[in-house]
Amino acid sequence: MDICSMTALELGKKIQQKKISVVEAVKAALECIEDREPEINSFVTVDAEGALKRAEEVQKSIGEGTITSPLAGVPVGIKDNMCTKGLLTTCGSKILKNFKPTFTAEAVRNLERAGAVIIGKTNMDEFAMGSTTETSYYGETKNPWNPAHVPGGSSGGSCAAVAAGECTYALGSDTGGSIRQPSSFCGVVGIKPTYGTVSRYGLIAYGSSLDQIGPIGKNVADCAAVLEIIASHDKKDSTSISRKDYGFTGALIDDIKGMRIGIPRDYFGEGLDCEVKENILNAVKVLEDKGASVEEFDLSLVQYAIPAYYVIASAEASSNLSRFDGVKYGYRTETYEGLHDMYKKTRSEGFGAEAKRRIMLGSFVLSSGYYDAYYLKALRTKTLIKNAFDSAFDKYDIIAAPAAPTTAPVLGKSLSDPLKMYLGDIYTVSVNLAGLPGISVPVGTDSSGLPIGMQLIGNCFEEKKIIRAAYAYEQTRTAAGKGESEYGKTV
Amino acid sequence: MANKISDETIEYVGILAKLWLSDEEKENARSDMEKMLDYIDTLNELDTTGTEPMSHVFPVNNVFREDIVENGDGSEDTLANAPLKKEQGFKVPKTIR
Repeated sequence: MDICSMTALELGKKIQQKKISVVEAVKAALECIEDREPEINSFVTVDAEGALKRAEEVQKSIGEGTITSPLAGVPVGIKDNMCTKGLLTTCGSKILKNFKPTFTAEAVRNLERAGAVIIGKTNMDEFAMGSTTETSYYGETKNPWNPAHVPGGSSGGSCAAVAAGECTYALGSDTGGSIRQPSSFCGVVGIKPTYGTVSRYGLIAYGSSLDQIGPIGKNVADCAAVLEIIASHDKKDSTSISRKDYGFTGALIDDIKGMRIGIPRDYFGEGLDCEVKENILNAVKVLEDKGASVEEFDLSLVQYAIPAYYVIASAEASSNLSRFDGVKYGYRTETYEGLHDMYKKTRSEGFGAEAKRRIMLGSFVLSSGYYDAYYLKALRTKTLIKNAFDSAFDKYDIIAAPAAPTTAPVLGKSLSDPLKMYLGDIYTVSVNLAGLPGISVPVGTDSSGLPIGMQLIGNCFEEKKIIRAAYAYEQTRTAAGKGESEYGKTV
Repeated sequence: MANKISDETIEYVGILAKLWLSDEEKENARSDMEKMLDYIDTLNELDTTGTEPMSHVFPVNNVFREDIVENGDGSEDTLANAPLKKEQGFKVPKTIR
């Protein structure tokens, strides 16, 4: 079997058994990158030299028995908003075009301790603001299933790289759907964990109260294994949570008898593509056939999630992005007169249109006179949305829904109408506002061959329920011969 | 209830945001913001009287620790990223006239 087609756990096992060396695994990924990158552009930086050197070290540690993780030696792609010591970290922005962090993000450190080999930094919408990976300063990423289409965003580079076999798994970040939506568009699995589960230390902040790092992989088992490694209580992140149970792979059980699944009617109405709807409902039927009970219900408030999200995320972004001022790192404008002129010119030249749009909106909603009407109103709406989910989880174990209203749009069609693009986040943003875990799992393709993902949403700290349901679904689908064995090519 | 953003507001927000905008960018910012605010105003359909604003889903408390240095002197590495530096510091334009 071709190394690049293997799942992370398969490759990790072969490495443990000394059937494949870590250097061989890394070289295979680098060859795939050389082959696919000119078309796909999943990476901002490919660290061939560093990865090969690291491969030798990891091989030695495996030999000595000091690293025993099931994923030791497996090549990983890291979204370019996570700091990696000494390795360029751009956040998809011109303003960080030369930034080499002096420390490594905690989630990435956790992977390194488990013997991961970082193959490169993946492309993303600038500062994770976007749904298509077209706002990157480093060029758009294309969907490996059909390069005329976007991979989704903002973790589009990570999802495209996994789908194309350029890395075996990847890390992404999800503020309003940025792991789940591109996973859906690229036919891969992605998990957004409960807020606070994975440390945000070293993740360049966009909307701090919403941002969460998560795994992207070829199947559910890989994502569970990666989440088990990256999740930790970190005192360097004041919002990090100490959890009782980090054993996510314990949920990889093909049995969902008696699981109560809620189907929010409001997620299946107007605006949802009919092929997407049909595929999701078929997938829900599979879960029902496996012994889950399925019931429709009204979640309510769905139409208020996007406006509340854009107020909160933009407000936090305007504050978080104030650190980019041309003083301590990154880009500084060439000519200026005095300090404030330097700040303004640096930021105006360094940020792209979408980042500026959100900084402006965020500055406005936080400004004196508008703070109560917009920012506090959005935070109150967030409370109501959280309450609506609380009521739903009184009745159901998990909620099943689409990850996105459509399959991947054609390149160049989305950015001209920002509001329309924002509406594409309708099924994902509420999960971030309520701090919940969500997973996107492939369920089929539309008539043009583009992947469709089903989103499963769990209550806070109940990742294991959504992992279990997604795994059970995947087992049946794979048994029916419908797995994505040829990633990014055909089903 | 269409929102109208004045020239003064765009100027003011530009100052808060520390962004220099060309006339065209100002026009775009105004039209984008007006559209977004019209959309955001749909939140007013919701009665949130008596609803507490939620900044974090879980209670967030300050995390304290003893004041012991755990990391080494990273000043050299940190300064390596500086656009301009002078001796052991970041170099910036004159701040006091």
